[in-house]
Amino acid sequence: MGNLEAMKPFPDSEEMEISFGPQHPATHGVLRVMVKLDGERIVDAKPVIGYLHRGTEKIFERETYNGAIPHTDRMDYTAAATNNQGLVGAVEKMMGITVPPRAAYIRMILAELQRIASHTIWLGTHALDIGAQSPFFYTFEEREKILDLYEEYCGARLTLNAMRVGGQPYDLPEGWSGRCRTFIDQFPARIAEWERLLTTNRIWKLRTVGVGVISAENAVEWGLTGPPLRGSGVKWDIRKVFPYDHYDDIDFEIPIGGNGDTYDRYLVRMEEMRQSVRIVQQCLARLPEGPVMAKVPKVIKPPKGELYFSVEGPKGELGYYVVSEGGANPYRLHVRPACFINLQALPEMVRGQLVADLIAVIGTLDIVLGEIDR
Amino acid sequence: MANPWVAFLLVPLVKIVVILGVVILLAAYLSFFERKILAYMQIRIGPNRVGPRGWLQPIADALKLFVKEDILPSRAEKLVYMLGPVLVTAPALVVFSVIPFGTGFTLFGAQVTPYLTDVNIGILFILGVSSVGVYGIILGGWASNNKFSLMGGLRSAAQLVSYEVPMGFSVVAVLLMANSLSLVKIVEAQKSAGVWFVFPGLVAFFIYFVCGVAETNRNPFDLPEAESELVAGFHTEYSGMKFAFYFLAEYANMIVISSIATVLFLGGWLPPFPSWLAGVWASPVFTWIPPVIWNAGWFVVKVFAFLFVYIWFRGTFPRYRFDQLMALGWKVFIPVSLVNLVAVALGVLLIGGPR
Repeated sequence: MGNLEAMKPFPDSEEMEISFGPQHPATHGVLRVMVKLDGERIVDAKPVIGYLHRGTEKIFERETYNGAIPHTDRMDYTAAATNNQGLVGAVEKMMGITVPPRAAYIRMILAELQRIASHTIWLGTHALDIGAQSPFFYTFEEREKILDLYEEYCGARLTLNAMRVGGQPYDLPEGWSGRCRTFIDQFPARIAEWERLLTTNRIWKLRTVGVGVISAENAVEWGLTGPPLRGSGVKWDIRKVFPYDHYDDIDFEIPIGGNGDTYDRYLVRMEEMRQSVRIVQQCLARLPEGPVMAKVPKVIKPPKGELYFSVEGPKGELGYYVVSEGGANPYRLHVRPACFINLQALPEMVRGQLVADLIAVIGTLDIVLGEIDR
Repeated sequence: MANPWVAFLLVPLVKIVVILGVVILLAAYLSFFERKILAYMQIRIGPNRVGPRGWLQPIADALKLFVKEDILPSRAEKLVYMLGPVLVTAPALVVFSVIPFGTGFTLFGAQVTPYLTDVNIGILFILGVSSVGVYGIILGGWASNNKFSLMGGLRSAAQLVSYEVPMGFSVVAVLLMANSLSLVKIVEAQKSAGVWFVFPGLVAFFIYFVCGVAETNRNPFDLPEAESELVAGFHTEYSGMKFAFYFLAEYANMIVISSIATVLFLGGWLPPFPSWLAGVWASPVFTWIPPVIWNAGWFVVKVFAFLFVYIWFRGTFPRYRFDQLMALGWKVFIPVSLVNLVAVALGVLLIGGPR
C-alpha cells in the first residue's frame, strides 16, 4: 500500500496523486489517504495506516489480564468503557465467572454513556468536516457532562480503566445515579436541537444523501459492523444477537437505514443515541442492590483454551480473541477492531465521487486511528 | 478652494489616508467581531486576554503576523508567489475610493464630500476592479507549488467567475431603477423615489447578497479554503505578512460587498424610510447630530447588519460541494437573475422609474 512505487506521480497521465494526511485537519488523527484525482473526481483512494501503531496486542501478552485493561482504553480512546467491557467479558466467559447483577448494570450504564459520548464526538467532527462549525461545540458540551460522570465514578475521564475481571472495581458514588438521570433526562432535548440544525438542512442533505453509498450485500461482504452496516439496512447488533451483560432484559430498538448513504448512517447514529438514553433510563430504574465484585482468584488464570467474545462498541463489533495456556498472561490476545474493518470499505465508497465526499465518508465511517493501528 | 494644490492633491490625499486607515482597522476589528459573535453562538467566550475584554486582539494578531517568518517554498514561482497577496489586497482597497459614505458637508468654509471621488461609471469601476482579485487567488494558489493550493485556486477561479455573472445581472436591475451608474446618484435616486431599492428589487437584492457571500469565499461557499478538505486552500503555503494580506483582503472584501449592498439596496447613508418617516428624522431629537456623523452612522449600521449576517451564516451552515456550488450558480442564480432583470425592466417601463 504505502510503497514508493504507489506514491510516484504519474507524469504521463492527467490524474493527480495527492496525499491526504497523515497530518490533515479532517483525517481524524493520523490516517493517510493516497488519493488519485481526475480534477475533483476520485479515481482511487488507498488508506495508508500504521502511524499510530504501538504493538498493543504484543503488549497484552506480557500483561496480566487485569493489567491489559488500561491498554484497551488506549485503542479506541473515544470509547474506553466498551473496550474494557469486551476484554473483561471475554475473560469472564472463559473462566465461567458470573458477574453480580449490580456490576453488570453498572457496566451497561457506563457502556451506553460511552456510546453517547462517542457519537457526540462523531457528530461534532463529522459536521465540522462538512463545514458546519457550531455543532462541534454543542456536542462537546454534552460530552463534557458524560466525562464528568465518569470522573466521579472512576477518577478518569478518557482512559477509564473502569472494569475488572469479575465485576466492577467500585460501587457507584453517593448520588451518582441521580446526577446521571439528570443528564439523561435533558439529553433527548439536545439531540432534537442538533437535529433541528442538521436533519432538514438543505445543504446538509445535499452533502450527505447519496454520498458514500454501500449496499447491504457489499456491507456484509466487506465485514462492516455497527452504524455503517445498519445504515445499509442490515439489522445486526451484538447487543441483540449475542446478548451480554443484561441487554436481553432491556427493551430497546435497533435503528436501521435503507439506502446505505451518509445521511442514513447519520440518522442511525442519532437514533442510537436516543436508544442509549432509553437503555440507561431502564438500567437506572432497575439497578439492583448487592455486591459489585464476584469471587475471583487473586491471580486471573483462565483455563487452557481459546475463545472469541465480542461486544457492540459505538463504532461496531469489537471482538477479543483470547488464547490461554493456563497462565497469568494471555498467550495471544487478538482484537477484532471495528474501525479497521470499516475503513477497508473506504475506497469502495468514494470511488467516482468528489474530494469533498471523501471527507464526508471518512467522517461517516467514524474511525479512530488508535483502534485501527493499535 | 482656489488653490489647485489643495483641491487636487492635499484633500484627496487626506481622504485616502483616512479611508485606508478606517478600512484596514475595520477589517482587523471585523475579525475580532467575528470571533466574538461566533464564540457567543457556540457557547464560548472568544478572545478575552489581550487588552480589556480582548479589544486589542486584532492588534496583537497583526503584530504576531508581522514578526513571523516569511516562508518561501523552495520550488515556488517566486515573483508570482509574492505578487499574489498584492493582487488580492489592492483591488479590495481600491474599491473604497468610489463608495459614498454620506453627502457633502462644509468644513472650515470649504465644501467637502465624504468619499474620494464620484465616478460616473462607479459601479462598473467596482465590478471591474474587484474582478482583478481573483488573479491574486489563482496565481497565489498556483505559484505555491502545492496541490492543495492549486485545487483551492482552481475552485476559486471557477467560483468567482460563475458568481460574478448573476451578481452583475442583479446590479443591472438596480441600474435600471436608478437610471445611473454613479453610486452617489443611485443613493439620491432612492431618496427621490422615497423607497429603498430593496423593496422593488427584492430578488435582485437576495441574489446580490448570496453571490456576494460566494464572491468573498465565505460560508457556505468557502470551498477555496475549505479547511477540512484542502487544509487552507490557496493560502496553505503563505505565512507572515503575505498571509496577513490574504486575510485582510478577505475581510476588506466582506466590507466591500456589504457597502455596495448598502448603497445599491439599502439607501446608502439615508435613514430608514426617508420619505414616510421624514417628519421623524427632521425632529429636534435627531437634528442636533452633525449631518456627516448622522449619514456615516446610518451607513455603518447597515454595513454591520450585513456583516453580522455573514458571521451568522458561518455559525449555521455546512459547506456546499464544488459541483453543487456550480449547479446553484449556473442553474439557479443565472436564470433567476435574468428573468428578474427582464421583470424589472418591464416594471420600469410600465410604472416608470425615477426621472
